[in-house]
Amino acid sequence: MGILEVKDVGKRFGGLQALGDVNLSVKENTVHAIIGPNGAGKSTLLNCLVGKLIPDTGSVMFDGQSVLGRTPHEINQMGISRVFQTPEIFGDLTVLENMMIPCFAKRDGAFRMRAIEDMMREKDIVEKAESMLVDMNMADKHHMHAASMSRGDKRRLEIGMCLAQEPRLLLLDEPTAGMARADTNNTIDLLKQISDERDITIAIIEHDMHVVFSLAQRITVLAQGTPLVEDDPENIKGHPKVREAYLGETA
Amino acid sequence: MLGLNKKDLQLMLIVTGLTMLAPFILNPFPESSGMAQFNAGYPDLMQRFVIFGIFAIGFNLLFGLTGYLSFGHAAFLGVGSYGAIWMMKLVSLNVIPAIFMGVIVAGIFSVAVGYICLRRSGIYFSILTLAFAQMSYALAYSVLTPITGGETGLQIKSTDRPLLSNLAEGETGRANLFGMDMRQSFELNVGDWLFTFNAGYYIAAVVMLVAFYISIRIFRSPFGLMLRAIKSNQTRMSYTGLNPRPHTLAAFVISGMYAGLAGGLLVAMDTQVGPERMFWTASGEVVLMTILGGVGTLIGPVLGAGVIKYMENILSKINKDVLHEWFAFMPDGLEDFIVFLVYPFIGKGWHLTLGILFMLVVIFLPGGLVEGGQRIGKWIKNRGKAKDTGGSTEPAE
Amino acid sequence: MEAIILQILNGLDKGSAYALIALGLTLIFGTLGVVNFAHGALFMIGAFCAVTFSRILTLSHTVVDETKTDFLGNPLKVDVPYLHDLFGQATGDAIIDWAVPLSILFTVPVMMFVGYAMERGLIKHFYNRPHADQILVTFGLAIVLQEVIKYFYGANPIPTPAPQAFAGSLDFGAMLGFDPNLIIYPYWRIIYFVFSAIIIGAVFAFLQYTTFGMVVRAGMADRETVGLLGINIDKRFTIMFGLAAAVAGLAGVMYTPINSPNYHMGMDFLVLSFVVVVVGGMGSLPGAVLAGFLLGILESFASMREVLEILPGLNQIIIYLVAIVILLTRPRGLMGRKGVMED
Repeated sequence: MGILEVKDVGKRFGGLQALGDVNLSVKENTVHAIIGPNGAGKSTLLNCLVGKLIPDTGSVMFDGQSVLGRTPHEINQMGISRVFQTPEIFGDLTVLENMMIPCFAKRDGAFRMRAIEDMMREKDIVEKAESMLVDMNMADKHHMHAASMSRGDKRRLEIGMCLAQEPRLLLLDEPTAGMARADTNNTIDLLKQISDERDITIAIIEHDMHVVFSLAQRITVLAQGTPLVEDDPENIKGHPKVREAYLGETA
Repeated sequence: MLGLNKKDLQLMLIVTGLTMLAPFILNPFPESSGMAQFNAGYPDLMQRFVIFGIFAIGFNLLFGLTGYLSFGHAAFLGVGSYGAIWMMKLVSLNVIPAIFMGVIVAGIFSVAVGYICLRRSGIYFSILTLAFAQMSYALAYSVLTPITGGETGLQIKSTDRPLLSNLAEGETGRANLFGMDMRQSFELNVGDWLFTFNAGYYIAAVVMLVAFYISIRIFRSPFGLMLRAIKSNQTRMSYTGLNPRPHTLAAFVISGMYAGLAGGLLVAMDTQVGPERMFWTASGEVVLMTILGGVGTLIGPVLGAGVIKYMENILSKINKDVLHEWFAFMPDGLEDFIVFLVYPFIGKGWHLTLGILFMLVVIFLPGGLVEGGQRIGKWIKNRGKAKDTGGSTEPAE
Repeated sequence: MEAIILQILNGLDKGSAYALIALGLTLIFGTLGVVNFAHGALFMIGAFCAVTFSRILTLSHTVVDETKTDFLGNPLKVDVPYLHDLFGQATGDAIIDWAVPLSILFTVPVMMFVGYAMERGLIKHFYNRPHADQILVTFGLAIVLQEVIKYFYGANPIPTPAPQAFAGSLDFGAMLGFDPNLIIYPYWRIIYFVFSAIIIGAVFAFLQYTTFGMVVRAGMADRETVGLLGINIDKRFTIMFGLAAAVAGLAGVMYTPINSPNYHMGMDFLVLSFVVVVVGGMGSLPGAVLAGFLLGILESFASMREVLEILPGLNQIIIYLVAIVILLTRPRGLMGRKGVMED
């Protein structure tokens, strides 16, 4: 039983069957990649996992509990953190403030009215946030305005913010989209380090094959809304069906 | 000290000093000079400065921190006023219970309104608040007339017999703080200058200082951080395990209570209330105050409230005769021409000046007067620096 | 039965005004993505175009009439409009009488210019700014425009009558077979409704059957793609804004006999117009029109004596109540696209 169990999930948008018969099992403490050509339904599937969409059929279980119908913040409190395609951080706040927010969320839950204390006096939160920034190699930037960072740095910050909550599952949505080679390699190294050093499951939707084959321990190929193949990376590489899905029959 | 960091403590002390010394600061012109009409140091106006300052501080807690633009906050001001005056008519003429009542009634009302309006965000939220405000106004004006007095509103009458006040037969009660009448003033004459120390003003000023202090604490608190996070990136906030809804509702209710406090204080000073206090343009006024002063800053709303109330009461009194007086030193043709140019912008046309000023702020100086002040300060500092260093160049970065 | 028909008729003129203003608002929001709090001011400017034109027509010079005397026994001084000199008294008076409809010719270019100036001068700088900023700056503009009108025209309403030919009322009831004098409806309000219907029809036809209109509709559906296709959407947006301004102005011009123009009529109509747009569905043109008429009629029904006896003041709040209910239960409005603004 994987930590994330997707069974018979289907989703229709009007006349389009975006997802059908999706069965997926993500094993704990592995790096599981979901790949597929454009329009395969990867984003739709991701949205079903994080509370943005409700599938028409099927179930999505995280650690034995259903995820369907829950709000994004509830799902996060269950232990799933999400990294967006375009880094989503708090641009108007400082880097340190950015990192303090997930720390607060982990300690105090979805809502706690703390309106009189000075946030800088919350020693445990500030220390945890600072140490997380050190882990991410961003300690020198902690008073910087988050929006003025480079995209690569924003990505690092976002990943750090997710990790600050010690999630069981880290979901990444095309994290290297639009990145130059150097940044991509940095991200790969970072994710490798995270997966090696922590007790964490990583599910990553990716286009970049270099990233996929550097990180994934298990790959699911999605085509036209349904899983085509699920196997270890070596077997996926030469798989005729995969080639066909990506390149068409003539290739 | 007081749980504030150094900068905030400085700000608090400055504001305290300004409000306590306001009778001096606002009456710089001698009584017999031509500029005497620009003196702002009379009780009515000083009271308005601090009371609307409270209103704007509360509004800023919602709009400045979360970015939710409410066009209906005057409804809470009005509800607070109605609550306070009923307290005075029925229970006690002491201002303390009346003000409390104002805050509580406005708070309850804002929970209901906020719960409904916050189900939507952005422009839908703004229009919902607008709809609620107009509805409240209409209800006060023509539907709930037994409670609100309809068009004429409510005031303390000689027939009112508050429970806890020992009034003689036929005596009209006066608002008081444990016996001290709000209208009591002490005038100090120093040469040609006149300074008025008014009981009502000082009470309102103390309340404002407390309200200001609380707003600083909220700004610096984890709750304040969450509100700024909502404004910055509500998506990221949800996906970080935080539920935006209770946060925005709390901010909405707090700002509604501030409005109720202001409403209650208005009644404590004036002992009267009317439905026009709730018309949507009154809500627009607090929006103008906050933006003009500097939205999202601590002192901005108070500055904005001061500027707009000053314009409303002083600028609007300048008429053609006064203008001719000023420009009398010019040759007649030029004098008339200048008066003609200036006239539309003052007197009854002061709204025009306000509208233009507001547009300029939104377009060019979104941080309001606070940003303007900071820029001027920087410019002054830089001029000093350039003189010292003699214009040394640094390599481009 | 007669009462119901009468109320429906009564709601049509205000409903037409709401529909026209909401139409312009939706055009601007749908194409430019701008929330325009100054739209009510455009309605007001249109109304004052009628006033101005009417004043131009009645420009007079003083003439001494030897044949008559005033109460002091001096020869009477008479103000004679220049039009009398140009066209003779009968024609001159006829022209003056028809000032309101004639001012349409004057209003359209003026409004298009005002719209053009607003868009090029102010609005286009706010395309990419958040809605809150757009609301604020256009709110400021609305205040400024209102004050300018107040300065030039005074604070009192200025009666602007309809042409004599349309002064009376039509006995609608008799036409339909009811007893006479049960359902009477002023001629001018019928004209106003027909006029609005024509304008609405013209706008829809324009959007549907011209290339320009097609580009605009495409821009409403997906502005980014249209831009990427290399089509100069900016110029078209300017023209759209001018068009929306003209629609609002025309609604104002013809409304003047129904409600004497005054400087705050813009603000009065603004709040309700936004409510109408939201009920109809932001971004939906048919929705805006439909909601305008429906809410106008609803308001009229709520003003019925029988209704007010049970629920006093209902007519003031009914529109807001409906808006609140719709915003909560069906946020996309009556005809908005699914998924717009739903979160």
